[in-house]
Amino acid sequence: MTPDLECQGLTKQFDETTAVRGVSFSVAPGSFFSILGPSGCGKTTIMRMIAGFLEPTDGDIRIKGKSMLNVAPNKRPVNMVFQHLALFPMMNVADNIGYGLRRKGLGKSEIARKVGEVLDRIGLPGIETRKPDELSGGQKQRVAIARCMVLEPDVLLLDEPLGALDLKLRERMKIELKSLQAEFDTTFVYITHDQSEALVMSDQIAVMNAGQFEQVGSARDLYYRPKTAFVAGFVGDSNRWRGTVERVDGNRIALRTADGMLIAGATQGAPLATGSAAEIFLRPEAVRVAQDAADLAHFDNRLRGEVSSLLFNGAASRILVRGESGPEIEVTLPQSGEFANLTKGAPVHIGWSGDQTACFAAGS
Amino acid sequence: MAQGTKLGFYLLLTPLVLWLGLLIIIPHIDMALLSLRERVGVGEYATSLANYRGFFGEPIYMWTFLRTAMMSMLATVVTLIIAFPVSYYIAKIAKGRVQSVLFLLCLVPFWVSELVRTFGWMILLRETGLFSSLLQWTGLADGPVEMLYNDVAMMVGLVYTSMLFMVVPLVTMLESLDDAVIEAGYDLGGSGASVLREIVIPHAMPGIVSGSIVVFMLSLGNYLTPTMLGGKDSLWFTELIYSQFIVRFNWELGAAFGFMLLILSSLIVWVTLRLTGQTLEKTMGS
Repeated sequence: MTPDLECQGLTKQFDETTAVRGVSFSVAPGSFFSILGPSGCGKTTIMRMIAGFLEPTDGDIRIKGKSMLNVAPNKRPVNMVFQHLALFPMMNVADNIGYGLRRKGLGKSEIARKVGEVLDRIGLPGIETRKPDELSGGQKQRVAIARCMVLEPDVLLLDEPLGALDLKLRERMKIELKSLQAEFDTTFVYITHDQSEALVMSDQIAVMNAGQFEQVGSARDLYYRPKTAFVAGFVGDSNRWRGTVERVDGNRIALRTADGMLIAGATQGAPLATGSAAEIFLRPEAVRVAQDAADLAHFDNRLRGEVSSLLFNGAASRILVRGESGPEIEVTLPQSGEFANLTKGAPVHIGWSGDQTACFAAGS
Repeated sequence: MAQGTKLGFYLLLTPLVLWLGLLIIIPHIDMALLSLRERVGVGEYATSLANYRGFFGEPIYMWTFLRTAMMSMLATVVTLIIAFPVSYYIAKIAKGRVQSVLFLLCLVPFWVSELVRTFGWMILLRETGLFSSLLQWTGLADGPVEMLYNDVAMMVGLVYTSMLFMVVPLVTMLESLDDAVIEAGYDLGGSGASVLREIVIPHAMPGIVSGSIVVFMLSLGNYLTPTMLGGKDSLWFTELIYSQFIVRFNWELGAAFGFMLLILSSLIVWVTLRLTGQTLEKTMGS
C-alpha cells in the first residue's frame, strides 16, 4: 500500500542555518502521525514544506506516491489547520467552509448541501450564519477542521491547533480530535510541542530535535523504550543522573554518580563501554516507596532517605526523597492510601529495578 | 475625589468644546445665516432663499459642481488603484527596515508645503520643463510640449497630494490581517485573484472606505492644485466660492455655495457608505 505521505531526505536551509536536516518518514493511510519537538526544532518548517509554503532545499515530498515538488499550495491535496485557525473573520461559518468548494467551482446548492453535511459530522448543525467571532474556542476549532475536511484532502496538517485553548478545553479537544480523525478516516499530521497531546492522540510519533528525527515510534515505544537521551528527557518526566560506567553485563550496567552513589541500570539503545561517561534516566512512577526495607528486597536499587518535599497534585502527587548522599529523587506516590498521611521529614525506603531505567552515553 | 475627577473631565473637555464651537459650529451658523440673506437695497437685507435659487438657476454653477464632484471621485479611484499595491507591499511583503523606509518615503513629500509641491510639478510639466526637454532631446517631439493647464495635469497633482491619506489607513488595515489567513486562502485552493477578492479586499474595506472619504473630501475642497495645474476649462467649485467672496464681494452667494458643497459632499459620502455597507463608526474607528 502506498503511504499517504512520504518524505525523503527532506532538507531546508535558511541562509546559514539548517532548519531541517535530511528527514525521512512515511505515514500510513488513515493514521494519526505527530511530530513532537521543542520550539525551534524545525517541525513547523516541515509542515510548511508539506503544505507548499516553503520549497525544500533538498529531498522529496510525495503524497499518494506523487511528488509535490513545484506544485503550488493551492494545487496540493493537503489542507492545513493553522495555529490560530485563521478562519476568515469577514465571512460567516457557511462561507468559511464553502470557500474551498467555491474555488473548485461547485454549484451553490451543492455547496450548501456539503456544508450542512460537514457541520452535522462535527456536531454543530445549524450554525451556518454565525460569524467566527461569535463561536467558542472549541467550536472554532471544529469549524477550522470542517473547512479543510469538506475538501476531502489526502492529508490534513494540523499546526499546534490546541495551543490557544485553555487547559480544560484542550483536554476535551484532544479526545474530540482523535474521534474526528476516526470519523473522517483521513491521515492527520499533527505538530506540537506538548507531549501529552502527541501521546494521547497519535498512532505514530516522531520526536524531533535540532532539525532531525530522534526517534519514530508509537507512544508506548517512546515512553518505555527511548532510543536517545533526548527522547528519554523530552517525553515524560525523569530523574536524571550523570556518572561513569563501572560494570557492563549485556545490557545491564552499573553506574557511579559524581557523589558516589552506585546505580544499577540498563541500556536501551547503543551499548556503553566500561569507564565511559553516561546519563541515566528514571521515571518517577518506576520507583516504589515503602515504610519497611524488607518490602523492597527484590529491587537491585535500594535507598533509605527522608521526604524533603510533598508535591500534591491529586492523582499525580509526588514526593521528593533525599537520600544520605546525592540529589533529590522524584517519586510518584501510590494512590492506594497507605501514604496519605506522609509528612515532610518522614523516613522512607525507596527502590527500583535497573531494567526500568534507560542509560545513554553522556553528551549525545 | 469624585469632585476632582469631575473637574479634570471638564478641563479636558474644554479644548474640544472651544475647538468645535469656535472653529466649526459658530462659523457655520454664521455662514448659514449669511446664505439666507438677500440684499434688497443699500445696507438693507431680507431673509430669503434667493442665493440658493441663484445656484440652481445658473447651469454653470451646477455644472461646475458636478464636474468637481466627478473629478474628485475619479481622483479618489485613481489614488486607490495606485495606493493599494503600494500599501500591500509595505504592509505584507516588505519586512523590518525596508518597511519603515518605504512608509517614510510616502511621508517625505508632505515635509514641504502644498504650494512648493505643486510648483515642483509645474517645473516638470511646463513647456520649458524637464519632461518637455527630455522628449525633444530624445527626438520624440519636434517642439516644446505643454503638459500643464489641463485635466490630466490637475489629476496628477490631486492624486499626488492625496496619496498619503490613502496609504496610511490601508497599511494599518492590511497590517492587521493575519498572514495565516492569506495563507489559508491559498491552502484551501484559492488563486491570487480570489484571495484578493474574497479575503484581502473585504478585510481592508474599512480602510478603503475611510481613505476614500478623506481623499474625496480633500480633492473636493482643494483650491491650490486645480488653480495652478488646471486649465481655464478645469474650473473647480472652490474657485467659484473664492471668486464670490473675494472678487465679487458677494458673501451671501459665496456662503450659499459653501453650504451646497457641504450638503452635497455629505450626501455623496453617505451614499458611498450605504452602497459599500460600511458605517462611519466602523471606518473611522479603525
